Amino acid sequence: MTYLIRRLLEALLVFFGISLVIYAMTYVLPGDPIAALAGDRPLAPSVARALREQHHLDDPLLVQYGHYLAGLFHGDLGTDFSGRSVAEQMADRWPVTLKLALTAWGIEAVVGIGLGVLAALRQGTWTDRTVLAFTIGATSVPVFVLAYTAQVVLGVRLGWFPVAGNTDGWPTSYLLPALCVAAFGLASVSRLVRAEVIENLRADYVRTAVAKGLSRRRVVGVHVLRNSLIPAVTYLAIDLGYLLGGTVIIEGVFNLPGIGQLLFQAIRAHAGPTVVGVSTALILIFLAVSVLVDLLNSLLDPRIRHD
Amino acid sequence: MTDAALSPEKLGAQGTSTEASYQAPQGTWHELRRRPVFLLTGGCALLLLLLAAAPGLFAGWFGHGDPTVCELGHSAEGPAPGHPFGYDVQGCDLYANVIHGAGASLGVGLLATGLGLAVALVLGCLAGMAGRIVDSVIARITDVFLGFPFLLGAIVVLNSFTTRDVPTVAGVLALFGWPTMTRVVRASVRSVREADYVVMARSLGASQWFIVRRHVLPNALTPVLVLATITVGGVIVAEAALTFLGVGLQPPSISWGLQLAGAQNSFQTHPHLLIFPGLFLSFTVFVLITFGDTVRDALDPRGR
Repeated sequence: MTYLIRRLLEALLVFFGISLVIYAMTYVLPGDPIAALAGDRPLAPSVARALREQHHLDDPLLVQYGHYLAGLFHGDLGTDFSGRSVAEQMADRWPVTLKLALTAWGIEAVVGIGLGVLAALRQGTWTDRTVLAFTIGATSVPVFVLAYTAQVVLGVRLGWFPVAGNTDGWPTSYLLPALCVAAFGLASVSRLVRAEVIENLRADYVRTAVAKGLSRRRVVGVHVLRNSLIPAVTYLAIDLGYLLGGTVIIEGVFNLPGIGQLLFQAIRAHAGPTVVGVSTALILIFLAVSVLVDLLNSLLDPRIRHD
Repeated sequence: MTDAALSPEKLGAQGTSTEASYQAPQGTWHELRRRPVFLLTGGCALLLLLLAAAPGLFAGWFGHGDPTVCELGHSAEGPAPGHPFGYDVQGCDLYANVIHGAGASLGVGLLATGLGLAVALVLGCLAGMAGRIVDSVIARITDVFLGFPFLLGAIVVLNSFTTRDVPTVAGVLALFGWPTMTRVVRASVRSVREADYVVMARSLGASQWFIVRRHVLPNALTPVLVLATITVGGVIVAEAALTFLGVGLQPPSISWGLQLAGAQNSFQTHPHLLIFPGLFLSFTVFVLITFGDTVRDALDPRGR
């Protein structure tokens, strides 16, 4: 319980830190945002004054930050140049991004754990080395190169997957993008699982299980796997936060109308406030997920103590 | 038999073996030298460094080797004699451009990692050696930056810059790269701090700075250097991703990220524009990660 409170306080501290850094990065930098709004023709002084007042630009820095925080707590992520609320623009895009991230997450978990167990059971053989090289290779290719290649080869030439858009719905439209997102994380998951399985294969309880005549399938599938998956589950849970960020490029390339695409297009269009608002939302979600994971972990595995 | 057991050779052999266990780095070096993967990736890494430092040595192998001499008439043409990789959209020799791109890509990787490493060494030693308050302040700051997903954090910061060259992009990537390295340094400093030889040095009256310089740093350096090698690879991929999004490097810089970003619209008709820079970039990152990985395996007896 003490741990719970401490962890929440810590998360709060990190939240303030992050919002302060983002705020400082975007709003305190030199340049007059109101003048930038008008473009080449200067605004009438009265309009400029009204806008400055509306956005609290003449208040002291800390007061400005206070207004920004208050807005954040009310779900206000700022407005873009044409006055539309960023939060509103994001509202109907969530399902697409969540579907993509969760599909990618599922692929990463199943393939990563599978490859990790395979490599551990064949430790030191060519299978092991091939798995390692393959997963590192998948990490080394920039995700957009992978995405374009997959799109042209598997989508256009072979016609196995839809090329872009989400008109075919889940899962058809999401499989190929999700594969590209998942490829990056395979190396970490499979390596983590491999190390754990190797360690657990040496454990006393495995020897006991073998000695009492259990089949190898049961020893590995039930006893070893169950004990090896805790670190992988932790990693995967935190990775869900990263996957949300990874969807930025993929949603742009595959033209999926999600949060990532919004950010992608905003960066391309130099729409600063939208970029900041969307990134802030994604970063806050990432923070919330990692706190949740920490708490879940200590519930799942009583051996993890935090005092 | 007893004589044989006490023979000088035997004693000598035992002597060297205890010595060897004290000199762990040398043992690791012996272990590493026998691994073909280490030698291969190490050699490739050195070659790539040479490529980045002196592109002129390689760029002229097939043609004129100047990445800025272009003929628009050859725009996006495929491989031809004298131009093994073909031409880019501007009609420049792609081979010369890819060779010259190594400088900026590796430059960003090395500069960002170097900056992050410097910060990590200072903060990690401070957190590990100084008192509880300093430690927890540094830990909280580290938490804040670890709270940023790498790509999103870099997007937010870079978005507010108007000119983005190698130092700016490297600086921003370093801003989000130091926390992990700091944690590693802190952990190894902590484990060294209580070692017998450090306790002895302290009881002999050695100053804190002397202990850090003489005992703590040399012992804490290896794990973070290994992590740094892998980080260089990660930074290179991140630079390409940011440049692709439009918040990374800008022309007239020549980098693999810029070449890949420029290829995105014509990939379907001119795949060579994406394939050649992509191959070089992926190969570099693969080499760096595998190299760091092999050294880590050799250092960590758990993996053997």
